[in-house]
Amino acid sequence: MMKRTVLAALAMGLATSTSAFAQTEIQWWHAMTGANNDVVNKLAEEFNASQKDYKVVVAYKGSYADAMNAGIAAYRAGNAPHILQVFEVGTATMMGAKGAIKPVYQLMAETGEKFDPKAYLPTITGYYSTAKGEMLSFPFNSSSMVMWINKDELKKAGVNEIPKTWPEVFEAGKKLKAAGHSTCGFTSAWTTWAMIEQFSAWHNVPLSTKANGLDGFDTELKFNSPLHVKHLEKLIELQKDKTYDYSGRANTGEGRFTSGECAIMLTSSGFYGNVKANAKFDFTSVPMPYYPDVAGAPQNSIIGGASLWVMGGKSAEEYKGVAKFFAFLSDTDRQAKLHQESGYLPITKAAYDKTKASGFYEKNPVLQTPLIELTNKEPTENSRGLRLGNMVQMRDVWSEELEAALAGQKSAKDALDAAVSRGNQLLRQFERTVAR
Amino acid sequence: MRASQDRSNNDLCRHWGLNHMEKRAHFSSKTVPYLLLLPQLAITLIFFYWPASQAIWQSFLMEDAFGLSSEFVGFDNYRHLFAQPEYYKAMSTTVVFSLAVGTLSLACALLLATQADKKLRGGEAFKTLLIWPYAVAPAIAGVLWIFMFHPSLGTLSQPIRALGLDWNPLLNGNHAMTLLVLSATWKQISYNFLFFLAGLQSIPRSVIEAAAIDGAKPIRRFWTIVFPLLSPTTFFLIVVNVVYVFFETFGIIDAVTGGGPAGQTTTLVYKVYADGRVGGDLGGSAAQSVILMVIVIALTAFQFKFVERKVQY
Repeated sequence: MMKRTVLAALAMGLATSTSAFAQTEIQWWHAMTGANNDVVNKLAEEFNASQKDYKVVVAYKGSYADAMNAGIAAYRAGNAPHILQVFEVGTATMMGAKGAIKPVYQLMAETGEKFDPKAYLPTITGYYSTAKGEMLSFPFNSSSMVMWINKDELKKAGVNEIPKTWPEVFEAGKKLKAAGHSTCGFTSAWTTWAMIEQFSAWHNVPLSTKANGLDGFDTELKFNSPLHVKHLEKLIELQKDKTYDYSGRANTGEGRFTSGECAIMLTSSGFYGNVKANAKFDFTSVPMPYYPDVAGAPQNSIIGGASLWVMGGKSAEEYKGVAKFFAFLSDTDRQAKLHQESGYLPITKAAYDKTKASGFYEKNPVLQTPLIELTNKEPTENSRGLRLGNMVQMRDVWSEELEAALAGQKSAKDALDAAVSRGNQLLRQFERTVAR
Repeated sequence: MRASQDRSNNDLCRHWGLNHMEKRAHFSSKTVPYLLLLPQLAITLIFFYWPASQAIWQSFLMEDAFGLSSEFVGFDNYRHLFAQPEYYKAMSTTVVFSLAVGTLSLACALLLATQADKKLRGGEAFKTLLIWPYAVAPAIAGVLWIFMFHPSLGTLSQPIRALGLDWNPLLNGNHAMTLLVLSATWKQISYNFLFFLAGLQSIPRSVIEAAAIDGAKPIRRFWTIVFPLLSPTTFFLIVVNVVYVFFETFGIIDAVTGGGPAGQTTTLVYKVYADGRVGGDLGGSAAQSVILMVIVIALTAFQFKFVERKVQY
């Protein structure tokens, strides 16, 4: 009798453990830190609690570039994750890797999950779709470039209106400098993104041919135009007395805004959480400045951030789980909440409308700034987005040339010409490796 | 004096196990010696020859990051490399960087070691403290230096700026290089210090005392006795330091300057890393590694052929 109970208990135990084992695991590799890391963990927890068949397992893999390289290395070793978070500049590389990835539109069609590509904001999904509008990766955290303003310091310096155009920003920078900001009138983080990529889209001038690469890998860089040269010349001139002061290639210089050193800074709208937590002054964000003498400016901005790529070579059952997870992420309430708490852009129209209707933006205008920029005008060939191969390295090359120009070693024209020709070499090399 | 130096040389030789009287072991079977060599051979094959041959093979290929397609392109990667002005710039940067780091770290370590070798109160504590930086990971060392010297946030750059120097490693290549040399040197001093100290301690006191009795002043004693007797250590350290600056500094460069501004701190090894890992250009990166390997092999061979002659074992 005793024996039988033990056996029964054992059998019960086995049964439960096998049923737990039958749960399909979905690996999700990401690059989110701090508050954003909590968001990722919470999403996985909620999804796992919402159903029994699939379990999303998250793993932090370092910086954006690290996570992408880890995914690529894992693919080469034959154990890629199911979902890989890749930043927007890695898009062309991922797209070029046919066979290594599973396009999202295919995934959704094959698994039969509810999926309406029209439900998503086109300015965001356009970045991650083919020319035919087929969604290749699933947008996750999107942001855009905005101008952050320290309202207290502007007031002290006698700048009564928040500058809208570049000439106004230059003036404000000079006033701030005169009012004691001797090391920094205004500045920018992600400098190539601000001063080359977003600058081109915002002024409706091409960054490169073929709709900035969206229509083909045989694209050629164009950002050595007179407008680009004029803008860089101005920055070089202002760098001399630190009315403009360079803050580095990535966002490590963002602390100069929260510390109060720089009262005007162009950087990602994703800076929101950091500013909210650390700034001890009245702040806001406004759309990027523009040159009023450029016809049609401002156009619309382009997005940054990251999307989720589904890796190839997994089983149908696993893909079913991934598709269910994406459907879970697209839920309107969830998207609206995610957007309001994290500061990322909502990816569906319904979530945007819901947030707008709730009166959220009246209280939090900062979160609407990137959306105003993105939807400012119907996107053109120059402002749909960009898709350049070897983009991670390309940004380093552009930064090198910008740094040489700002340090006074090269003229604006020479630096931009060199950035274009060195960038074109990288593009041709990328084209060679993916074209076959 | 001469005789005592010869005697001490022999002491030192025994100490270093470089006795000229070779001992021969005789094995009855022919396989045993090979079996005994096997573990070492296996390690060398697996961890040196295999990856090195992979790199050479890869340097003739053009491949995408995922390894989905690869094409044999012959010497294209090399040709492409030597057509880049940036590559020559990286070479000259490497020469400046390695000379600066090598000289500084050896000189500082030697100075510290000679001072620590004296009888000091609390000398053990100093020695331990001096060895600590070696345990710090390169990237962390880099971040520590950034905290001190970031142009506007750094704790030490504010006093520097207050002195009127426009300290700005973000745009000024010389400032960036200075910062990098300081952090790479700081990291390597401990290692050199440890070996110099061991070398100094193995120099027999009697030799130095004899010289002192003959009336040689400390500086003369150092240059005529201590320094020549340290030469095996110095030579060993030169070789190790060259390998260090050539191969192991990319972590620090990545953390401190990221190769900037304007590529002015991009050394050869950093370029291998940037092109291969960041750029996903494995063929070009492999070609660079092969060239780097050839340079280091040539440098080491040169050192053994010409510098080692001056070494007194």
